Amino acid sequence: MSMFKVFDISGSAVSAQSQRLNVVASNLANVDTVAGPDGQAYKARQVVFQTLLMGASGSAVGADPGDPVSASAGVRVSNISEDQTPGRKVRDPSHPAADAEGYVTYSNVNAVEEMVNMISSSRSYQNNIEVMNTAKSLLLKTLQMGQV
Amino acid sequence: MINRLTDTLDFQTQALTLRAERQRLIASNIANADTPGYIARDMDFASALKQATGALPIPGQMAATQRGHIQPTAGALSESGLRYATASQTNLDRNSVDMDRERASFAENSVKYEATLRFINSGMKTMMDAMKSPSQG
Repeated sequence: MSMFKVFDISGSAVSAQSQRLNVVASNLANVDTVAGPDGQAYKARQVVFQTLLMGASGSAVGADPGDPVSASAGVRVSNISEDQTPGRKVRDPSHPAADAEGYVTYSNVNAVEEMVNMISSSRSYQNNIEVMNTAKSLLLKTLQMGQV
Repeated sequence: MINRLTDTLDFQTQALTLRAERQRLIASNIANADTPGYIARDMDFASALKQATGALPIPGQMAATQRGHIQPTAGALSESGLRYATASQTNLDRNSVDMDRERASFAENSVKYEATLRFINSGMKTMMDAMKSPSQG
């Protein structure tokens, strides 16, 4: 029953998008922090999506997206990369985290980029939820087949 | 003899299976709208249905010259029947999912799935009516 796989596919996409939204939230929360957990300035994080091919049982098979073995393709977060660009430097000698020249290094989060990322991921989330709702209503109608 | 009762529904049954298959394909495309390097896929519904009902040979199907040769079951869909979509607007991550096109195909496919369901239901209703005695009205 291939229609049930729609839930696996869209479910994987929804969970990947919510992970992306989580990363955006932590980036936005840290937009003005001077130090991350390692004592260095916080570095912006980005999720990397990867196609997840699903076998007949709904479980994942080989992860090469060019492989046409399976028609259903979900999504997974393959890794979370850190943005290595240098952080924003502000001169403030009185700040306790200032270096020898009096500069404070803030995180390298770009708030505008993160807001765009947030909108994009919430739209994708909504799209996948709608796909699941449509599949659900079609399946419920299929269950009533023949009850005339 | 008894299978003649349901033979008329066979065509719509194949169509319904293929519609469900296409729904799954489009769901995959929508799920991968943000995946770098993903190429959107879709099926040519008309030729897939012709293959499923035996009006067209399945591409890559081997000739059965002996009685024991295995043949794909009716309604089998070959992976080579899937088409890859080209991006309507190029982008840097080589993703070829066009969200507008996918949403439109998704809506179209769900309406046609429901239509096929309705054809099956009305076919069954006709059959049931034919089986009723005149006194049952």
